[in-house]
Amino acid sequence: MRNNNPYLPYPVRIKRVEIATEDRSLRTFELEFLHQEDADAFRYLPGQFAELSVPGYGEAPIGIASSPTEGDTLLFTVSKAGLLTSHLHSMSEGDVMGVRGPLGKSYPLQEMEGKNVLILAGGYAVTTLRSTMVWLLHPDNRPKYGDITFVYGARTPGMILYKELLEEWETNSDANIHLTIDNEAPGWDKHVGFVPQIAEKIEPSPQNAMALVCGPPVMIKFTQPVLDKQGWQSDQIIMSLENRMKCGIGICGRCNVGPHYVCKDGPVFSKAELDELPKEY
Amino acid sequence: MQDKILDKSELDAFLERLGKEHDVHAPVQNGGSVEWAAVDSSRDLVWDFTNTGVSPKRYIFPQTECMMRFRNRSDDPEGMVMKEEPGLTRKRALLNIRPCDVKAFRVLDSVYCQDEKTNDVYWRDKREKTLYLGLACKSPCPTCFCTSVRCGPHHEEGLDVLLVDLGEQLLLRPVSDKGQELVSHLSDAPQEAVQQAAKQKEDAEAAIQSRVDLENIMARSVLELYEAPMWDREHESCLNCGVCTYVCPTCHCFDIQDETQGEHGRRVRNWDTCMSWLFTYHTSGHNPRGSKKDRYRQRFMHKFKYMPQKFDVIGCVGCGRCTSRCPVNIDVTEVVRGMNEQE
Repeated sequence: MRNNNPYLPYPVRIKRVEIATEDRSLRTFELEFLHQEDADAFRYLPGQFAELSVPGYGEAPIGIASSPTEGDTLLFTVSKAGLLTSHLHSMSEGDVMGVRGPLGKSYPLQEMEGKNVLILAGGYAVTTLRSTMVWLLHPDNRPKYGDITFVYGARTPGMILYKELLEEWETNSDANIHLTIDNEAPGWDKHVGFVPQIAEKIEPSPQNAMALVCGPPVMIKFTQPVLDKQGWQSDQIIMSLENRMKCGIGICGRCNVGPHYVCKDGPVFSKAELDELPKEY
Repeated sequence: MQDKILDKSELDAFLERLGKEHDVHAPVQNGGSVEWAAVDSSRDLVWDFTNTGVSPKRYIFPQTECMMRFRNRSDDPEGMVMKEEPGLTRKRALLNIRPCDVKAFRVLDSVYCQDEKTNDVYWRDKREKTLYLGLACKSPCPTCFCTSVRCGPHHEEGLDVLLVDLGEQLLLRPVSDKGQELVSHLSDAPQEAVQQAAKQKEDAEAAIQSRVDLENIMARSVLELYEAPMWDREHESCLNCGVCTYVCPTCHCFDIQDETQGEHGRRVRNWDTCMSWLFTYHTSGHNPRGSKKDRYRQRFMHKFKYMPQKFDVIGCVGCGRCTSRCPVNIDVTEVVRGMNEQE
């Protein structure tokens, strides 16, 4: 046997499946490794992703939603979109599949130390930012960071992911949590409006701060001018890209943005880095 | 290391010796063209050819390669778990491989084996189990430009032995320890033979008329080159057929697919091409390289800007196959000249 084959997935079992949103388009999967040594080898940080490997269907790169501070199981929230993810949505607790990773670079957690952190999340791009928040709020890490502001927008209350955890943060953490939905809804007493509008309203200071921005292209497009107006510099803004991928380790050639591979050199890039690159994402 | 000499009449004995541990493959006449095939006799070998139509990259990077297998039964406790496919069981020798095609393997080593995490076991297995016996070029094709891209007709990089065809005899120049071991039993080459080989090298290098300069490409920024107006018209004749990527010794992009038949399942990788819209197509319907221009530009930017910037290697060895095979006569040297000269 050849050692360290980067293409060979770790076998995992689906421990729990949860329908995550009211439109049933997203499910959250909790995966447990079949072998403890694999769980030990899978050392990751928030912002990294993995290839979910479903034998017979292939692989899909999905951001890791759990934090390494939560134990050995992994959490992935997956949108039902293509062949593989549709099949994944039909799989049940106890089924065996594979996970390959961790892949890519994490958010710059070290660089963020000693600074205030602004997180802007839209839709199901919130997954790796969930990981980041759990990690930042862990007692081992919390003292290393300044104020934490978390803005998360979803279309409707029923489309908000990780509700229990968000409530926990609102009541038991010192982070400023801002939840918003697109339009008024019965029983909703939090923000109403798109993420850029909320960012404008709460006026986060760029002073000694870094911003992690992750959401659909339209959110990015309208958030940028707001951040520019508030004086955020491009090296303070961190983004996470998606591109079609296969190998996940910078060889197969399809996910590149200029000379950089999203899978290996990303998916996390600063806006300053992206400004120097073609918009091939 | 001492150059050796071998009479062509003794080639069969040499092949037999080589064949004890290796499957020997070489360019052979195949209808109208010369292509790679297994050989067991010196009669199969050809000496007067420019280069094979398709590059020998498939020996290290097969067009379709099984990476792992699984039992396609979810009710089986052993099912749905990927098992790695074993590597090559027997060593291989690539005889009469052109120096540019070996250089291409060296270029791709920097992609396939970047670091601890990006270390392609399938690539490495075959690379390590292959012996490279290169044949120096006597008469380069008009489309060759190897001397412009850190290569040449007698380039020794990556070889175990360099063979120089002297007519009735072959000069064998051991380059690696493995090569030295292979030819150590042969007689030392006489001085005249060594001189003859040196003269051949000089002549072959002089025969390469096509030259390109990459200096400005290296100096310009990615965005400057990417946004150059030349791409607006350059791509128009391209059909995105992908033949350039098929024959290219350094095109290395691949797809990974699962195949199942009853209880049997396997995961394979296949050659892919950046000329296809599907290559980058997102499930959402968005395509970051959605236009022909995007794809055309990608192939040249990848080889002549991205790879030099990232790995300090040029992603081209100047074999000229893409130019000679292109159905609409796109000449890689003209594109590179455009990239180097544009304002």
